[in-house]
Amino acid sequence: MPNEIKKTSKINRRSALLGLGTSAGVLATAGILPGSLGFAQAQSSAPIKIGFQKHATGIGAAYGRWYGATTDAAVKRINDNGGINGRPVEVVVEDDGTDPGRGAEVLEKFANQHNCDVAFGTLFSHVVIGSAPRAGELKLPYFVVSEGHHVASGGLNRYTLQPGITDVKSQVISMAPFVADNLGKKVTMIFPDFAFGHDHRDFFSAAIEAQGGEVVAKIAIPPTETTFTRYFPSIPRETEVIYHVMVGPAVLTFVKELGEFFGPNRPELFGFIDSLEAVDIRSSGLEFLEGSYFWEGMPRHVQADQADYEKAYRAAVGVNERGASVDDEADVSTYAHMFGCWETLNIIKAGMESADYQGPQDRTKLIEAVEAMTDMPASEDHPQGDKVFNGKTHQTFGKQYISKVTDGRLVVEHTASIEDGRYEDEVDYTTQSF
Amino acid sequence: MDFGPHLMLASLEGAVISAILVLTAMGLSIVFGVMRVVNVAHGEFFMLGAVFAWVVTTTLGGHPAIGFLAALITVPILVGCIAAGADRLILKRVNYDPDRTIVATIGILYIIQQTTLMTYGPEARPVEAPFNTRLSLPWFEFGENGFEIFWPWGLSITSYKLFVIVAAIVVLTTLWLVLTRTKIGLIMRATQQDSDTAQAFGIPVGKVYSWVFGLGAGLAALGAVLVVPIQQAHYLMGGDPLLLAFIVVIIGGLGSLPGTVIAALLIGMSDGIISVFFSPTLAKIIATFLVAMVLVFRPQGLLGKSVA
Repeated sequence: MPNEIKKTSKINRRSALLGLGTSAGVLATAGILPGSLGFAQAQSSAPIKIGFQKHATGIGAAYGRWYGATTDAAVKRINDNGGINGRPVEVVVEDDGTDPGRGAEVLEKFANQHNCDVAFGTLFSHVVIGSAPRAGELKLPYFVVSEGHHVASGGLNRYTLQPGITDVKSQVISMAPFVADNLGKKVTMIFPDFAFGHDHRDFFSAAIEAQGGEVVAKIAIPPTETTFTRYFPSIPRETEVIYHVMVGPAVLTFVKELGEFFGPNRPELFGFIDSLEAVDIRSSGLEFLEGSYFWEGMPRHVQADQADYEKAYRAAVGVNERGASVDDEADVSTYAHMFGCWETLNIIKAGMESADYQGPQDRTKLIEAVEAMTDMPASEDHPQGDKVFNGKTHQTFGKQYISKVTDGRLVVEHTASIEDGRYEDEVDYTTQSF
Repeated sequence: MDFGPHLMLASLEGAVISAILVLTAMGLSIVFGVMRVVNVAHGEFFMLGAVFAWVVTTTLGGHPAIGFLAALITVPILVGCIAAGADRLILKRVNYDPDRTIVATIGILYIIQQTTLMTYGPEARPVEAPFNTRLSLPWFEFGENGFEIFWPWGLSITSYKLFVIVAAIVVLTTLWLVLTRTKIGLIMRATQQDSDTAQAFGIPVGKVYSWVFGLGAGLAALGAVLVVPIQQAHYLMGGDPLLLAFIVVIIGGLGSLPGTVIAALLIGMSDGIISVFFSPTLAKIIATFLVAMVLVFRPQGLLGKSVA
């Protein structure tokens, strides 16, 4: 056997470098390989097809999974209640790999290959920003669940709407007074280094200054980072409050290392729950979070005054009283964000019904119908709470929650009203032609 | 943060990075040194190590130390066996031809990565450290009251990170002893120097190749088991270690083990220090720039022998 081995040629530096070069190329493409998800078969009853742009892989995978579960639950409820305009709803899922380039391709597949009526679902702001221009070109209504300020800023187009979740600008404006009054005026911000994080940086800096505070340091971290201790020495000694918001697969490591860095005498911590979405707050190493504060889009843990519609929603998406899957306690949901999918689907339904939507030729009628919406009272359709939609800026406004970690539970301490998060319109999409 | 404590924190971070890097790069270097194979799939064996560590610890349950210890022993062996299997099944069939092995290992890379994605999933999952106490570190200054010791904010390390550094030193020493003091090492060195002559003297070169490929992957997996309580297991985590390991191996000299150790320390420490003082991106830029400079002015690497 051994004599089969023959060294045909001596490898030299050149071929070794070739290896390095090819490996770099391979790495560059590694994130782009789609996990191809199946085709939907056409059905005789001509369903309404909603293209779901899902972060099934890449850095947004945890959100993608729970956005998927929420979408399934919402669609099941809509279909159980007779569908939309008497037609069943069918969700076509495509993985965007949490990648902007792939995101735009996915929209093309929805429009040209799957013949979807609308597209929906995206969270990560760079994917939304990368995909929205394509939605405009394809004239495909694109309902995003992203939180970014890019919709209301006027940077996108008439086909892109965010009716089911509030935006970062509104969130931070309503948080700044609480931070300045209760925690401290000298703030160090730690945020992910892409559009979503930049929204936090810009709008919170302005908002805290309006409250008489100041941001003493801004620390940007790439969302793909895996180790964080090296960033923390830039936190100035005078810091009274750490404002942290992080995304990506390594959020648990981020928060753990933050705790290890400070040890027993930490400054006040105010985090966006994004830093701990899909992570159990009782995980080992997170004990230091006790007594710290979090923004929550929707309270993860059941509160004392739980409303019936919240209870019904929680049961429908299969989440227990601590925000984890009812099947697996370790599988914690992205509860503060995923309600946006549920609400957006109900808004699409309401819009299609009021526009008497029949097919792709009625897409502009659908957008006009959604633009005409205003008040959305808290209900089973809108379990996160009351909302007011601004048809001009294509952005919804709603309540925000600040929770304090108390005995390992997130207990709501302050609820910011819709008015607290209002700001002046920056665009009027309704004046743009279709 | 003051300069002194800041530098100390940066050096400690750098030492942890170096410790992991030296194990990963050593695996790549041994494989290249003995087999002349550029293993592009090396980072994926690293990732497999982390993922298997998660599987072993969650399957066993109980105190984190039990699962971790079990993972530390079984996972490198398991990954080594997978690698040896890949060597028998694929690399041997292409006769270790340099160009074809590169393409073949790219294939292995994708197979491992996508299989992990399909089975383990896209989430990052944590493995609990067997012990993890925060150790505050003191600093000194000569102030108005003479020599003083104080405890700066943030200057700390965890007991587990210290363990990683010690463990890497122990593994390296063992590896060095095996290579220089045992018959196994002698056989490996003989194969490295001249595989045809070694074969003529009755050394089963084919088996040696499989063992070496397994050993290289096992070292990467061991590094990953050590790092996974600090980071988390994720299917895309093999990219960075692969690139850094290549950088280290090229700077140190292809196939030169002492050169690899020196280069790993150099890159790891500079990565730690530059990351802390400036930015992690700058650290990567400097490391790649260093590779370019080494290739221009000392193409054989720091301690490598020039290819005749």
